[in-house]
Amino acid sequence: MKIGVVTFPGSLDDVDARRAVRLGGNEAVALWHGDHDLSGVDAVVLPGGFSYGDYLRCGAISRFSPVMGEVIEAAGKGMPVLGICNGFQILCESHLLPGALIRNDHRKFVCRDQLLRIENNRTPWTSSYADNAEITVVLKNGEGSYVADDETLDRLEGEGRVVARYLGGNPNGSLRDIAGVTNEAGNVVGLMPHPEHAVEDLCGPGTDGLGFFTGLVERTFA
Amino acid sequence: MARVVVDVMPKPEILDPQGKAVHGALPRLGFDGVVDVRQGKRFELEIDGEATEEKLAEVHKIAETLLSNPVIEDYAIHVEGSSGAGKHSA
Repeated sequence: MKIGVVTFPGSLDDVDARRAVRLGGNEAVALWHGDHDLSGVDAVVLPGGFSYGDYLRCGAISRFSPVMGEVIEAAGKGMPVLGICNGFQILCESHLLPGALIRNDHRKFVCRDQLLRIENNRTPWTSSYADNAEITVVLKNGEGSYVADDETLDRLEGEGRVVARYLGGNPNGSLRDIAGVTNEAGNVVGLMPHPEHAVEDLCGPGTDGLGFFTGLVERTFA
Repeated sequence: MARVVVDVMPKPEILDPQGKAVHGALPRLGFDGVVDVRQGKRFELEIDGEATEEKLAEVHKIAETLLSNPVIEDYAIHVEGSSGAGKHSA
């Protein structure tokens, strides 16, 4: 599959995300925040970083970039979209995902290996994981605390839309230990930790993150 | 020219770690008696011409669309008169 990875001014993990996409067996296509089309890609990854310097709110300016107009339209038609870290923040600001991400409750930047449970393996991004698989990937954020009102949280849990939950301690104050969620249709996934940094044995905490980038291929040949 | 001020504050039920950090610093500096601190943002918009109802409606749209995130923040708008009109609130 052709998977586009968007680079915004201030993106940090776009190169790692493209590498993970390739290691997952896909073709990586570099997209730019000023692009007015998606170059015919089948799916899009919004990578981590500090797009537009995190000015105003994380993701608030990026949400109105030309390429996001295209991504929002394509997501509405069912295109798989994965937002990691800053990408998750952009998806929330775009209202493609409910809730918001605010500053960590302990006020410090956190950078560590993080245990997660994949609670929804029915999305195109998580389909290669076993039900309730426990994986360890990198977590690094300053504003990763997921918040939403109780009604929204109850709905997310009731509809099985919590994609990943923190295990072994809550690293940032996220309500109900939520690390990632999906939209109603299940094609848009936002995740605070970084699977793209856990795709090779040489560096990082292992290869547990690779599954996020192999699911689409498996679906293609299924 | 009119100046329209948009104040954006985290909703009361949303944790405000920055406000908490500021609050925590006050006793260390010898300022006692402050019970809580919430930190928000203030935007000053210079508007062409008078702050008519129409223009204020547009500022509301700006505040809802970009300046605030309604999921976690509330906003309030008021006009600061620049031609001796005094202060207004809207």
